[in-house]
Amino acid sequence: MPTATKSLKSLQHPLASPQTQLELIDHKLNLPPFEEMFKQTGEAELRATGIEIFQVNVGKLCNQVCKHCHVDAGPDRREIMTRETFELCLNALAQTDIPKVDITGGAPEMNPHFRWFVAEVKKLKRHVMVRSNLTILLANGFTDLPEFFAEHQVEVISSLPHYTPSVTDKQRGEDVFSRSIEAIKRLNALGYGKEESGLVFNLVYNPVGAFLPPNQASLEKDYKRELHKHYGVFFNRLYTITNMPISRFLDYLLISGNYEAYMTKLVSLFNPSAAKGVMCRNTLSISWDGYLYDCDFNQMLDLKVGYGSPMHIKDFDVAKLNTRKIVTRQHCYGCTAGAGSSCGGATA
Amino acid sequence: MDTYYNPADLAKFAQVGEGNKELMDKFFAWYGAVFAEGALSEREKALIALAVAHAVQCPYCIDAYTQESLSKGATLEQMTEAIHVAAAIKGGAALVHGVQMKNVYQKLSM
Repeated sequence: MPTATKSLKSLQHPLASPQTQLELIDHKLNLPPFEEMFKQTGEAELRATGIEIFQVNVGKLCNQVCKHCHVDAGPDRREIMTRETFELCLNALAQTDIPKVDITGGAPEMNPHFRWFVAEVKKLKRHVMVRSNLTILLANGFTDLPEFFAEHQVEVISSLPHYTPSVTDKQRGEDVFSRSIEAIKRLNALGYGKEESGLVFNLVYNPVGAFLPPNQASLEKDYKRELHKHYGVFFNRLYTITNMPISRFLDYLLISGNYEAYMTKLVSLFNPSAAKGVMCRNTLSISWDGYLYDCDFNQMLDLKVGYGSPMHIKDFDVAKLNTRKIVTRQHCYGCTAGAGSSCGGATA
Repeated sequence: MDTYYNPADLAKFAQVGEGNKELMDKFFAWYGAVFAEGALSEREKALIALAVAHAVQCPYCIDAYTQESLSKGATLEQMTEAIHVAAAIKGGAALVHGVQMKNVYQKLSM
């Protein structure tokens, strides 16, 4: 499969439409409904248990076009959060004691209000996590970001699908691995990834193909050994994340003829303890235009929070959102298979 | 039946136990224990299984352990080296029997 250069949206691909994706995910195969399967956990329905992570997707603009991207992000996307919506996020945060703010995209750093927003969140004394694709740290106008991150004690979380260049580049684009290593060296030089520095740098693995991730602890050992041996770089934790059957990865599954086998595998490996620990229970996801979702995947499928919850950040009401019922569809099997999957890695 | 091997049959493996559930249960319990992380990692065991699958030329096992090797984090390079090991042992096993040929040859030759 050749490296992607454009988003599904700019290609006017049918799967750019959330409705088309949902129609396919829900009806192409005759699989047990996720909502029914969830009852194996012993709970009647999936509900939030409080908000610990306020995840802000600041836009779809990105300097990379990764083959598996569930956001369908890229340089041709222009949807980014405005200053007014950021301010609504800050107002909402200030009403609560939600401890963590997780900033994602696209490449979140490309939003012109990014640095201001990080600084404002830190003034509220919340922990900030940024999902950085690493290569942006080498781009013109962004090379001082590692120092900015360190100054604001930002936790950096970055995708590196493998510790070998060929596998990483296959998914994320030509030379992404070597540029990522260069960016990691810059972060390491500031103390990122050193246990005693207090500057946290975590990596994310996701499979480059139609299979599930390996054991997280075992793969972390391999990553640490190989990355240190060959490149002299280090990091704190490795998160293994399952590819969700939506957007570009869904396109890949269909084109490669792997869709049915992949979905069947996700369902057959449904793990009740992983299901009990899914991230939507303690996360609220906010889109670039201020709408509220149970997770970033639901956001990309345009499945807003439901069952009477306020749907926009301007109507934020933590009491109503804390115990909201989660909106689920068949893609949710991606978070509950095997060891489970979340933005913080395995859940079981 | 137009072929002896059908990929969909792999999922029916457990049905082989219908004639004797107790023995099959013991097999699967042992099988699971064999592949658990131990002195060897799960990935090393998957790669060994992949190599053996090629040596015994079992299409089911090749399918299953290609998937399993990927799921345990193996790369194409590691999987290719593993099957070269299998091929080397199979080839070497054939060739080393040349000493028997030589023994017979020497006995019969003047």
